[in-house]
Formats: sequence, C-alpha cells, structure tokens
Amino acid sequence: MGKYIIKRVALGLLSIFIVATITFCLMNLVPGGPFVAEKSISKAAQEALNAKYGLDKPFLQRYLTYMSDLLKGDMGLSLKQRGRTVSDIIFSKLPVSMRLAGVAVAVSLLVGIPLGCLSAYNRGKLADNFIIVLATCGIAIPSFITSVILLYTFGSKLQLLPTIGLNTLSSYIMPVTALSVYPTAYITRLMRSSLLDVMGQDYIRTARAKGLGNFKILFKHAIRNAILPVITYVGPMLASLMTGSFVVEKIFTIPGLGREFVSAITNRDYTMIMGTTILLATFIIIANVIVDILYKIIDPRINLK
Amino acid sequence: MSEKLLEIKDERLSFFTPAGEVKALNGVTLSMDEGEVLGIVGESGSGKSVTAYSVMGLTAYPGRLIGGTIRFNGHQIDTMTEKEFRKIRGNEVSIIFQDPMTSLNPVYSIGNQIEESILLHTDKTKAEAKERSKELLELVGINEPEKRLKQYPHELSGGMRQRVMIAIALACEPKLLIADEPTTALDVTIQAQILELMQELRKKLGMSIIMITHDLGVVASMCEKIAVMYAGHIVEYGTADEIFYSPKHEYTKGLIKSIPKLNAEEKERLVPIEGQPVDLLNPPAGCPFAPRCASCMKICLREMPPKTELSDTHYSHCWLLQKEEFEKGGAEE
Repeated sequence: MGKYIIKRVALGLLSIFIVATITFCLMNLVPGGPFVAEKSISKAAQEALNAKYGLDKPFLQRYLTYMSDLLKGDMGLSLKQRGRTVSDIIFSKLPVSMRLAGVAVAVSLLVGIPLGCLSAYNRGKLADNFIIVLATCGIAIPSFITSVILLYTFGSKLQLLPTIGLNTLSSYIMPVTALSVYPTAYITRLMRSSLLDVMGQDYIRTARAKGLGNFKILFKHAIRNAILPVITYVGPMLASLMTGSFVVEKIFTIPGLGREFVSAITNRDYTMIMGTTILLATFIIIANVIVDILYKIIDPRINLK
Repeated sequence: MSEKLLEIKDERLSFFTPAGEVKALNGVTLSMDEGEVLGIVGESGSGKSVTAYSVMGLTAYPGRLIGGTIRFNGHQIDTMTEKEFRKIRGNEVSIIFQDPMTSLNPVYSIGNQIEESILLHTDKTKAEAKERSKELLELVGINEPEKRLKQYPHELSGGMRQRVMIAIALACEPKLLIADEPTTALDVTIQAQILELMQELRKKLGMSIIMITHDLGVVASMCEKIAVMYAGHIVEYGTADEIFYSPKHEYTKGLIKSIPKLNAEEKERLVPIEGQPVDLLNPPAGCPFAPRCASCMKICLREMPPKTELSDTHYSHCWLLQKEEFEKGGAEE
C-alpha cells in the first residue's frame, strides 16, 4: 500500500507537470494578451507592463522561469488583481468553496444513496417510478435554473432565506441545494442500478438462505458491493466542486474560487489561469488516489499495484 | 407411523409473469423420512429447484404458492411468514447452490461468512463461533483452517469454495440439506470429491439430503429414492434400483437410454428424447409428456394419467401402466 501511494504521488506530479505545460502552451497560442484589449493604455505603458511581468521575453524563457518558480512554490503575481499573488487569491477563496462543496457532497450522498436503495427495493412500484422521475428531472435541470427558482421563491417571494453570502447557517441552504441537485440525482440513479444488479447476485440468495433479514442483507451484503460506482463518481465530483462553481457562486454572491476560473480566462490573467488549472488538476489526482484506496478497503479482490 | 421429516401434498406453484401465469408446479406430492437421501432429476425448467426452494420459502419473485400443503419438521411451511422462515433457514434446512464461484460474497472473509450463520441461529459468542467455524472447515476437509478463515473467496479454488458453502450449510446441523446441482459447475475430479464428502458427512451427521440434479450418475451413486420430474409433475418415483433397472414411465426410460455407455459399440448413437420441453404458460391438458412420447395414445392428450402404484416404494403416472393394470385385472377375473 505504502509503495503504491508513493508511486501514485510520483505519477501525479508528472501529470501536474504535463497539465501545466499544455496549459501554458495553449494559453500563449491564443491571440491577445492581458494588456492588449484595454484601449486607454498607451503603447509605451503597455510595453512597460509587459516588461514588468516578463511578457516581453521569448516563450521558452518565460516557460522555464514559470516552471522553476512553480517548483519553489511560487505561482507569481496576478496580472490583473494588482499587488496580489496567485496563491494569495486562491488560499483566501478556496476555503469558502471547499466548505460549500463539502456540505453539498455530504447532502448528495446522504440523500442520493438512501433514495437509490429505496428505489431499487421497490422496483417497478409507485415509489420507484416517482424517484426515477425526480432523478431524471434533477439530472436534466441545470443549476442556474434551480438557483433562480430557489432565489425567487425563498429569497424574494417568501423572504425566508438570505440571498447573499455564506455568513449564517441558513444561508447555506439555497446554494447547497442548487449545487447538490445534479449529484444527488446522479447518485440515486447509480445506486439504484448498481443495487439492482447486486440484489440479483447469487451471494444475496445465499444470505437469504442463511436466514438473514432484509435489513442485514441490504446493509451488510448488498450496499458494500453496490457502492463502488458511487465512489468512483464522487471522488472527481468532489474535486471539481471544491474548486468552486461559477454559476452558483455568482448567483448567490459567494466569494468563492469558481468566479476566478472564468474571470482569469476572460481577463487573460496568465498566472491566475495557471494557478487555478494546476489546483484543479491536483485535486482531481488526489481524489483519484483516495478513491483507489477506498476501493481496496471495500473490495479485497482489487489489487493495487 | 411416525411423522415424516418432509411431506409435500399436491403442491401447486406459479410464476405470475407479464406474459401470463407460468405453472411451474402442478400438484407435486412427495415425502421424506429422516436420514433419507432423495434425488430429484429432470430437465431444466421441470420444477426440481422450485420444489426444493419452496421448502425454504425461497421462491423467487413473482412465484407464488397457489395450492397444496408442505410440512417440514413439525412446521406448516405453506402458511409461514417471512419472519418465521428466517428462523428455520440456515438452521433446520440449508442449501448448497450450483455455482460456488458466485455464491459467496466477494467482500467478506470466509470466516466472517461462516460465523454469520452461527451467530444468527445460536447463542454462541464470537470466539465460540470462530472455534466452530474452524471445526466446520476441518469437517469439510479444508486444510489449514486457521489461515483459510482469514482468506477471501477469490483466493480459493472452485472445489474449495463449494466446501466452504457446505460448511456454511452445516453450521447449525440442519435436519435437511438441499443440494441444488452442487457439482454442475465443478470439474469431474472435484465433483467426485464433493460427492464423496457429502456421503461421508451424511453418515457422520445423519441429516437428510435432497439432491437436485440432471446428472443421473450423481443420483445413482448418492440417492436411495429418486423422483423424476417433468413439467411440474413427479412422473415417476421409486428407489434407485427401481428407477434404474425397471423404469416404467416413458420419460424415465428415455432419460436412461440417453446416458452414454462405456461398453457401447463404436458407432452406436446416443438416443435423444425427441421434441421440445413443454411451454408451461400453456401446459397441455393431458399428460405433459404426451407430445414427445413415442407410445402416446388418444387419452394421453386429453387427461392427466392417475397414479399407478407399482410397489410400496414405486409409482408412476402413465396411461400405459393404467392399461396394463386394467388388462391384468381383467385376466385375473
């Protein structure tokens, strides 16, 4: 196991290096630059800015400088948010997004797994059909629609919940709901189909033949076998939610990281683009390693090599 | 007469599928004494497994008992609730399934799966259950039981897993062991070992066994009584000798003729039973075997033949036998 983790970390670092390189190249291939579009700046000022941030140097040199800085843990200054370093911005906003994502994922799991089980257990009956319809809607409706409906109903009409920020406990309700609708629906469907598959397995019949009750069969024998697809899905999902959701953060005015991803690209804030991309890649790699380890713990047949 | 261990009377069971009612069992009557080994033979879909599963209340959805009575070890099975079934399953009656490769839960250790049964039905503590599991593994001929208990199903071979399944089945010393084609998925040498083991355990523990199979060789070597099933009916019942040396039903005769013989001439062909198994959605009015029977008469297509008693232990349902009886009776008068 220890050996495996070391190997995965090494591979992960390599992946991050590749992601960084590709992003750096693509970013520079796109026409324009951080200071090009702004008409009010004179040519001389533009050149001065380029020189200040090292943008006047040849591509290869810039790449090497960035990479060696990155190795030292320095992601550079933001080109657009004057005076702030990229790590500064990321670490001030990441906790907000992570809190929101953590709650949303917990809600998705706590709602999705039981709903999926309920649906599989009542296969073909009214409850099953009802849950399936709900889950299909949940997958089909994008989060900005959910957000707007929630905002209109509970924020504006009924005035029950705060519409801005994440300052009180109740202010979590709407953004968490909006964020977790899709994953909940997806987990419900995954859990249902996977549980139906497992319930038809021979070892479930063996468990019944032993005289075990439905409850024990479900919780001991079925769920542990059926949960693997859910874990596979949740790992990367958690990683991408933790780095923030642009839509939901924008609508509920939450100072999270999601907005930075989009604005970095539209602003051509080169260092910010690099920073956010590397962060997302790192999270996804970590999530995948954790998923693999969980796999091994749940299913002894899986061999981590 | 003392009470039989198992007594099934006129059992009728159907599967209510979207296509209609599939009549899986059409009046099965069967009884078993304690310590007896009964073989149930017949082709796929003849109702062998369904009969045995219904004793444990394991009939799969959408199957339902629609008539008849089943008594087992003092329990009235046909009126039992799921909760009552749970007390006897794995305790008084156990089952071994066909495919040991998939019958054990892959994510739990062997020890865990044996102990589970013991802890469920007895008051033993965890340590005692572990001790008992070790004994059971030794009993079914698994070496290094201590080590095996910690292993997972995927680390064992097919024959070994079937031994583990037997150990689980025997955990609470059941009165009746149902073996549903226990050797079909195993290769020939392992088959022989498993059958030998079952014989040995039966002698040691004195339980009854229902052996479900379509392998006539298996029943010949194991069973005292044999029930031949066809389309949800027991068409012939008798001791192993009676079935093998003087089969009376045309279907049984066909089955025995279709066994390959070691001393056969080189170019001799196997004799198959012509035709297709009956469609249980629309079973024929008369004898279900009539459409495939070489000696079919008019009455066979119209009416189900009644039981013809051939000896105390041997009976069959066939109009030909009725005709013989009638002619014999006429001659005596």
